[in-house]
Amino acid sequence: MPSVSAKNIVKFYETKNDKIQALCGISFNVTKGELFGIIGPDGAGKTSLFRILTTLLLADKGAASVDGYDVVKDFKEIRKIVGYMPGRFSLYQDLTVEENLEFFATIFNTTIQQNYDVIKEIYIQLEPFKKRRAGKLSGGMKQKLALCCALIHKPSVLFLDEPTTGVDAVSRNEFWDMLKKLKQQGITILVSTPYMNEAALCDRVALMQLGKILSINSPAEIINQFKKDLFAVRSSKMLSLLNDLKNFNEVEDAYFFGAYHHVVMKHKNEEQDLKNYLSKYSNDNLEIKNIQPDIEDCFIELMKQSHEIELH
Amino acid sequence: MKQFLSFVKKEFHHILRDKRTMFILLGMPVAQIIIFGFALTNEVKNSKIAVLDYSHDVATTAITQQINASKYFEIKKNIINYKNIEAAFKTGNIKMVVVFPENFYEDLQHFNKAQIQLIADASDPNVANTLTNYATAIIMDYQNRITDERKLPYSIHTEVRMLYNPQLKGAYSFVPGVMAMVLMLVCAMMTALTIVREKETGTMEVLLVSPAQPLKIVVAKAVPYLLLSMINIISILLLSVFVLGVPINGSLLLLLAVSFLFTLTSLALGLLISSATNSQQTAIFIALVGLFLPTVMLSGFMFPIENMPLPLRIISNIVPAKWFYTIVKSVMIKGTGILLIWKEVLVLTGMMLFFLALSIKTFKIRLA
Repeated sequence: MPSVSAKNIVKFYETKNDKIQALCGISFNVTKGELFGIIGPDGAGKTSLFRILTTLLLADKGAASVDGYDVVKDFKEIRKIVGYMPGRFSLYQDLTVEENLEFFATIFNTTIQQNYDVIKEIYIQLEPFKKRRAGKLSGGMKQKLALCCALIHKPSVLFLDEPTTGVDAVSRNEFWDMLKKLKQQGITILVSTPYMNEAALCDRVALMQLGKILSINSPAEIINQFKKDLFAVRSSKMLSLLNDLKNFNEVEDAYFFGAYHHVVMKHKNEEQDLKNYLSKYSNDNLEIKNIQPDIEDCFIELMKQSHEIELH
Repeated sequence: MKQFLSFVKKEFHHILRDKRTMFILLGMPVAQIIIFGFALTNEVKNSKIAVLDYSHDVATTAITQQINASKYFEIKKNIINYKNIEAAFKTGNIKMVVVFPENFYEDLQHFNKAQIQLIADASDPNVANTLTNYATAIIMDYQNRITDERKLPYSIHTEVRMLYNPQLKGAYSFVPGVMAMVLMLVCAMMTALTIVREKETGTMEVLLVSPAQPLKIVVAKAVPYLLLSMINIISILLLSVFVLGVPINGSLLLLLAVSFLFTLTSLALGLLISSATNSQQTAIFIALVGLFLPTVMLSGFMFPIENMPLPLRIISNIVPAKWFYTIVKSVMIKGTGILLIWKEVLVLTGMMLFFLALSIKTFKIRLA
């Protein structure tokens, strides 16, 4: 039995004179103890999906279950066994760290002591501030507290909606380390994020765009499926370089990537052609190297493909 | 149960840590009683008036002195010419002018008939009415005294007794009104606000994805405000008895019981508002326009319902405060027992149950 399963979930939002389709037939399964990532830009439908799975919203079509419980029929059971951390900091700012945790422990009919082993590693970092009001914590600390509160009843499935958005890079890394440790305790974790580079840290990822899942795979497999040649190109005039690249027939796609432009070629073994082409233009300090794609390149490629299918 | 207590405790933390709001909640009834008791009074006292006396005889002097001696009037000015009357109204804060024509006493003696003109500033019609009534009463009093000496064949004397409120104090009618107002504000608005705040800050989302029953969450939210309202009721009653001198003629227990009933009704209304809206701003607006305004306007506390046009009289029946106001006035001022007010109590109980059932039915167990 999959820990979380979704079948053909469709969700519409109706506004006064418009009907927006937020989810267009989402299907996936998450196995027990998996760290499953849902990656997608803002507006992809990640939050809607999480809310349907946590019984907060009703889907217009399709079915879903969490630990075998149906999200519509058995919503009361699901609410007992899942942990949910919404995208926005949703704890009581005027209660202290300790009071927040105690409160959430009691409403889940447990105590901090009873499940202390689940949150121990995270809570230790918060302990020095336990008398501080939650509203006065730093962003990273708030996330840790929210995670503790979502974990206090030892959920079997944990839903984390964009837990790392708006958190600094160090805290983000720490957060992912914590998730890996939680996974070892057998908790199934669904995590959504707009940051593509975080996909590599999941067991499997679903790439979402405009309410559709473009692909579901392990990070390694996603990278393996990238069959084209990829180059990193740099010169002293990056902007005109990008224009030149886009004008070249053999280039399929070119985009900013850190200090380089990444260039996807239409055919294999065209490094020399690219060099020849670029040398015709006044590009000083030109640097071209053949590189291995990382997960972001794969996603950009997948999104471009889906966009092209849409157009035709 | 432990879960429920934990909710109540959390709610108390919210209230106690927001010092400003708590101060307003507990201070508001005190401020309102004091403002209504001492500042906003429609009793007329020491109104400044002027006299234009063309006769200056025994009768006019006696009447003038009698007017000046009453606590209602204070003669500020003597006018000597009819033309100056308008100027006196415009420049000074004169509210009324008493005009005696020439030969007042002679006319009274020889023709058995004399005239006095009362000119009042009717820009505030109620005050003008009251002033002319008082002045007429004083003049009639004088007339009675001189006719007593002459033995008229027929005369009717009216004897007036003001029951329940012999001194005609305004406090007798506004204390029940303030009680209704404060309970409406504290219970309905604050309950609606705290629930909507949880929605706004997103904590409701977390609470919903928990085994806590939504109803329990909501009831736990109401408990602290119920307690706060009871404190407010007691402070209003203490102030009205010891500061304003309004007695509690009926049973105190009955009074507290109906207040509790009205508090529950307000709480149910607050819940109803909270399930209808997602922002604190809208909640405040609905509470003010939908609950507070009708409480002030249509409960009979500011304006008598009997004088309203029929549609408003009908609408006033669905305002819970109207029933509460009637009950409190009966119990507190007239000393009525439950036997005479059971109908009103029944209506209020029915409303409470209806609103409570409706709010439970409309309470959302999901986000949308």
